[in-house]
Amino acid sequence: MTTAERTRGRFGIYGGQYVPETLVANLHELEQAYEAAKQDADFATELELTLREFVGRATPLYFAERLSADFGGRVFLKREDLTHTGAHKINNAVGQALLARKLGKTRIVAETGAGQHGVATAAACARLGLECVVYMGALDCERQRPNVERMKLLGATVVACEAGSRNLKIAINEAIRDWISRPEDTHYLIGSVVGPHPYPAMVRDFQSVIGREARAQFLQREGRLPDAVVACVGGGSNAMGIFAGFLDDEVELHGVEAGGKGETHAAPLNSGTPGVLHGAMQYLLQDDDGQILDTHSIAAGLDYPGVGPEHSFLKDSGRAQYHVVRDEEALQAFKLLARREGIIPALESSHALAFAKRLLAQRPGLSVIVNLSGRGDKDLPSLMERKLL
Amino acid sequence: MSIDALNTAFERARGEGRKALLPFLMAGHPTRQAFEHNLAQAGEFADVIEVGVPFSDPLADGPVIQAAAATALKNGTTLPGTLDVLTRRKAGPPVVLMLSVNQVLARGLERFAQRAVKAGVSGAIIPDLPFEEQQEAREVFTRQGLVLVSMLAPTTRPERAEAILRRAQGFAYLISVAGVTGTREGFAPETIEYIRRSAALSPAPVCVGFGITRPQHIEQLREHADGFIVGTALIRGLEQGLSVADVLRPLREACNQQTTGVRS
Repeated sequence: MTTAERTRGRFGIYGGQYVPETLVANLHELEQAYEAAKQDADFATELELTLREFVGRATPLYFAERLSADFGGRVFLKREDLTHTGAHKINNAVGQALLARKLGKTRIVAETGAGQHGVATAAACARLGLECVVYMGALDCERQRPNVERMKLLGATVVACEAGSRNLKIAINEAIRDWISRPEDTHYLIGSVVGPHPYPAMVRDFQSVIGREARAQFLQREGRLPDAVVACVGGGSNAMGIFAGFLDDEVELHGVEAGGKGETHAAPLNSGTPGVLHGAMQYLLQDDDGQILDTHSIAAGLDYPGVGPEHSFLKDSGRAQYHVVRDEEALQAFKLLARREGIIPALESSHALAFAKRLLAQRPGLSVIVNLSGRGDKDLPSLMERKLL
Repeated sequence: MSIDALNTAFERARGEGRKALLPFLMAGHPTRQAFEHNLAQAGEFADVIEVGVPFSDPLADGPVIQAAAATALKNGTTLPGTLDVLTRRKAGPPVVLMLSVNQVLARGLERFAQRAVKAGVSGAIIPDLPFEEQQEAREVFTRQGLVLVSMLAPTTRPERAEAILRRAQGFAYLISVAGVTGTREGFAPETIEYIRRSAALSPAPVCVGFGITRPQHIEQLREHADGFIVGTALIRGLEQGLSVADVLRPLREACNQQTTGVRS
């Protein structure tokens, strides 16, 4: 690798390729294939057609009038919940599945937290005739049961991971182990802007369609740019996707991490320190010995001790600000959107909504785009079981 | 200097016409006391001992070693605690630590290397620190006198393998198969060819790890490698109530058999 290539895999000090030797060849191969695909007009055309006809893009930018009145500003929702399979995850899943087919891979492994990435990957694989194995923490299988059934219906094998914290972190460990065991025929379809280079940049690029659309839609409707963009951050793919459209503008970027119950949380950008997890340098929740800490969030998709390297970089550079919203506050926003606008958001996206409310309470009158990254149907059985609705 | 301890260990094995045996023990497994006892016993059979420092999220370990790490963490095993145990050790073969890059970075490269050397550690195997990410660690370790063990996999491309092996110090760790640690049936002709090719390129002794669980494995590969790393078989044996000696004795014997062609 040349010096330039090494730099390309880094966001400041963050990122890199901290993986066992067995995977290095795969990552180099993936990097080359992705660089080639970026220059390939046929690949671009196929991806665009897939996004339009299979995913259902462009998604609307919706002016939430009653919510705006409530919050005291102008609130716009980027409706990723309206995509096929119900969350932004499908944008990246179809992109990587097309790339995997180009690489001649016949088998896809993926991790999933809330199950949305697993469902999106299963759908993308069904469409291309690829074998699909999804690793999911056993705890998440329980709290996101509808998505487990959907993945199976789409032909995927779902493996419940019983080790340790039984959540997203464990699912990623298992997916990487699977990939190490079968590097030749398998592509690891990571669902967020985490993992070793080239994943963080590649997943951001596949998700950047959100930001491109939102920027153009806002400009066209309002004749100006928004004051702020707000998105929830677990690994950080929906946030990176929408931020990508506004990085060079004078638009505030707000990422929202999961505050859980307060003491236990999943907010590495707010309370973590830099370290290496799942192949990349990033902010992490860890102890003095470098052991990764357990996390808690009501939202399975945010329940992760690390965060994408580019977010780690944007935090240090000050270009984006990162905040914390707790379970209870997110749940209130979840119910409020249902009542005011007739939209049931994912618990993950509800964290972003809750922060938008806080932001407008402090600074009324701002125009804000909230990335409504997914729909909340998946959360209902678990919330009702726990009598939280 | 720790590099000397490793070189001496391999030279002695070669001089005596046998292959080196490198057993792997997980610090704090199955209990902290038992580990200290096992470490002493392993010294009677080993040319070099690998000591794993348990990590919460290992990527390259199979289920047996992963479970041992979880047990060790529950027992309160830490890196400083492990180094204390090694400091207390009075004699025995050289020790290399196996741990995750985040455990090293959490201490700081410099402080980690200083403390490891002070505890009598000869080298470190950091599976998730591949060649391209090694430069800084290598500089610091070299300055402190700690060997950073080079690793190679069957998937490593030839020109990269050459670059990695050129830097090998102490010994080179050849991962025998694509996969995590654990049990394998036998070795394919490609594997033997990969080991033979690597050995020819490496200035340092080459040791094969992953899937070495039975004397037959060693017999199959013995004329192509300088040493064998035994992890899963030993950990599983300990879990089943066997002693270190029970597990290592037959493997030691397989390493001791004279080969027809000695690798120069």
